[in-house]
Amino acid sequence: MSIYLDKNSKIIVQGITGAEGSYHTGRMLAYGTEIVGGVTPGKGGRTTEHGLPVFDTVKQAVDATGATLTCIFVPPPFAADALYEAYDAGIALAICITEGVPVHDMLQVVGATPGMRIIGPNCPGLISPGKASVGIMPGHVFKEGGVGLISRSGTLTYEVVDLLTRAGLGQSTCVGIGGDPIIGTTFVDCLREFANDPQTEAIVLCGEIGGSDEEDAAAFIAEHLPEKPVVAFIGGRNAPPGKSLGHAGAIISGKFGTPQSKIAAFQAAGVPVADRPSQIPALLAARLAAKV
Amino acid sequence: MNLMEYQGKELFRRAGIPVPSGAHCGTAEDAAAFVAGNPGDWVVKAQVLVGGRGKAGGIKFASTPEEARARANEILQLVIKNRQNPQGEPVRSLLVEAKLPIAKEAYCAIAIDRTTKRPVVMVSKFGGMDIEEVAEQHPESIAKFFVNTAIGYSPFIGRTLAFAAGLDAGYRKQLPGILAGLYDLFFKYGAKLVEINPLVLTSDGHVFASDAKVELDDDALYKNPEFKVWQQTLPLDADETLATQAGLGIRNFRRFDGNVGTMANGAGLAMGTMDAVRNAGGNFANFLDVGGGANAERVRSCYELIVNHTGAKSLFINIFGGITRCDEVAKGIVEALETTKSRKIPLVIRLTGTNEELGRKILADAGMTPVETMDEGAAAAVGLTQ
Repeated sequence: MSIYLDKNSKIIVQGITGAEGSYHTGRMLAYGTEIVGGVTPGKGGRTTEHGLPVFDTVKQAVDATGATLTCIFVPPPFAADALYEAYDAGIALAICITEGVPVHDMLQVVGATPGMRIIGPNCPGLISPGKASVGIMPGHVFKEGGVGLISRSGTLTYEVVDLLTRAGLGQSTCVGIGGDPIIGTTFVDCLREFANDPQTEAIVLCGEIGGSDEEDAAAFIAEHLPEKPVVAFIGGRNAPPGKSLGHAGAIISGKFGTPQSKIAAFQAAGVPVADRPSQIPALLAARLAAKV
Repeated sequence: MNLMEYQGKELFRRAGIPVPSGAHCGTAEDAAAFVAGNPGDWVVKAQVLVGGRGKAGGIKFASTPEEARARANEILQLVIKNRQNPQGEPVRSLLVEAKLPIAKEAYCAIAIDRTTKRPVVMVSKFGGMDIEEVAEQHPESIAKFFVNTAIGYSPFIGRTLAFAAGLDAGYRKQLPGILAGLYDLFFKYGAKLVEINPLVLTSDGHVFASDAKVELDDDALYKNPEFKVWQQTLPLDADETLATQAGLGIRNFRRFDGNVGTMANGAGLAMGTMDAVRNAGGNFANFLDVGGGANAERVRSCYELIVNHTGAKSLFINIFGGITRCDEVAKGIVEALETTKSRKIPLVIRLTGTNEELGRKILADAGMTPVETMDEGAAAAVGLTQ
């Protein structure tokens, strides 16, 4: 098992003929992901360079291929529309890679698409190693195994995964939830799935300064996840308050969103917090050993 | 993008929120002429983005043209600083505004709540003070309502909040309408925050927005082309200016006091790289995210930015390729060193991920050997400063 994505997931790509969409479709296919087609309005009936059918609408693509997942690579002004179209076509899971989607667009979308899971926007996607990869993650650093990983950052995820893989700790599913203020899937959503996933024996949670998602996650772990070991890491501990460093969401304002508040919340939930990514594998191994 | 008070109030006026009468003035002469033409009691207010202007002497009273000229001259000479902006922001313009007979001060705002994924409307009877202080000292005093975006704003929300926050009865009739206007502009202009602090109740029973704080979503500016024009009137701080010149987003570069330069791809890894330098016992000179898909040219401009504008004695380049291709970054590093006229500082390079082998080969051909891990790289870069 894994969460959200497995070997049999049928996936379409919205924006498949754009530069990013086309390049990453190739990489996803190379990883063994079952991409069954793509959508670019006005280019329906063509075939992509990868030999995939292009459709004019998501509905046509879903009807023809039976896809239930979509990966969205459209420019920011069209992301909300792409998500609504996916919802209308009955897509179950939409992964929105697009960076720079207006936050009000996302407020509207999340309020209006009950029942469809959205991952992102501004995220690297997700991967169930050995099975499938949706998005832009570099597949070769991942290895199939029992660690579930959730992260707000892209490149920091790769860093942590690389360390886990080198330490012999493979992964069940890694979800890049995205760095924006309003995202479709939060830490808690992923934790709920990992809690019920038999393949996932332990969880790594890579948080970041700003917001209170980590505090919410800590509260959830304390109440609902007593059996599965969890290790956390908080990026940006040395960031100054009041200034946004890169990610729109990564800003400390007042007492909210500080690394201290997040670390304290995890410690109160019995979750060890790594000072640096390189400590994560050892902390995880120790927690797994203690369990046995 | 944060708006100046006078710009925020322009949006307030369009949304039907009562604001004191007044004029935006670029010079002391303009201020004096305005007061000469409009006799009365006026407040001269520095137009800056930095907080704490009142304490810094940026708000003064004037009742005659001469007073207005004198106060305006004083304020226009100020450079207003606070903890978050130690270099300070020079005052470039003023808002001359009617002095209100204040009976009460309250607070109201609309922001985006990440947890509920809804707009949150907030009201407190503690106006005129820093809301984060209020949140700390009287958390129960801030009444909140999380708006269902399918319904939007409805007047009952304002009534509910006025009662829940225990506002003076004088506010009750007018608050629902003011919040309606505030929600309207929050939504229409794609704001991340709209705040009225203080929301003044005058001794003759009128309610006015005495200040205006509006933060627009940079990603939504394209929807309202006029904001692109406004944006050009707003001051960038020194770091933001340098970032723009190097072809980076304004949030992708920030300077600090240390001597270890850092460059990484992705904000998370860039912050992680700063943390790694600190963990290795060093102090970072900057935050720099070269962005996804960085090419050789970008790497070179970032190298020069760090070498020329920070106190870096060594530079740790930490790249984990996803979208970014390691060979492009390697090319940029080699090119930067070959072509730059800037001084050279010792580099430590960590390069892994997409096209890693190609990147390592390019570096090896130029006589450079990358390190394997982030911790190792941070330690080496710290060592090179000593």
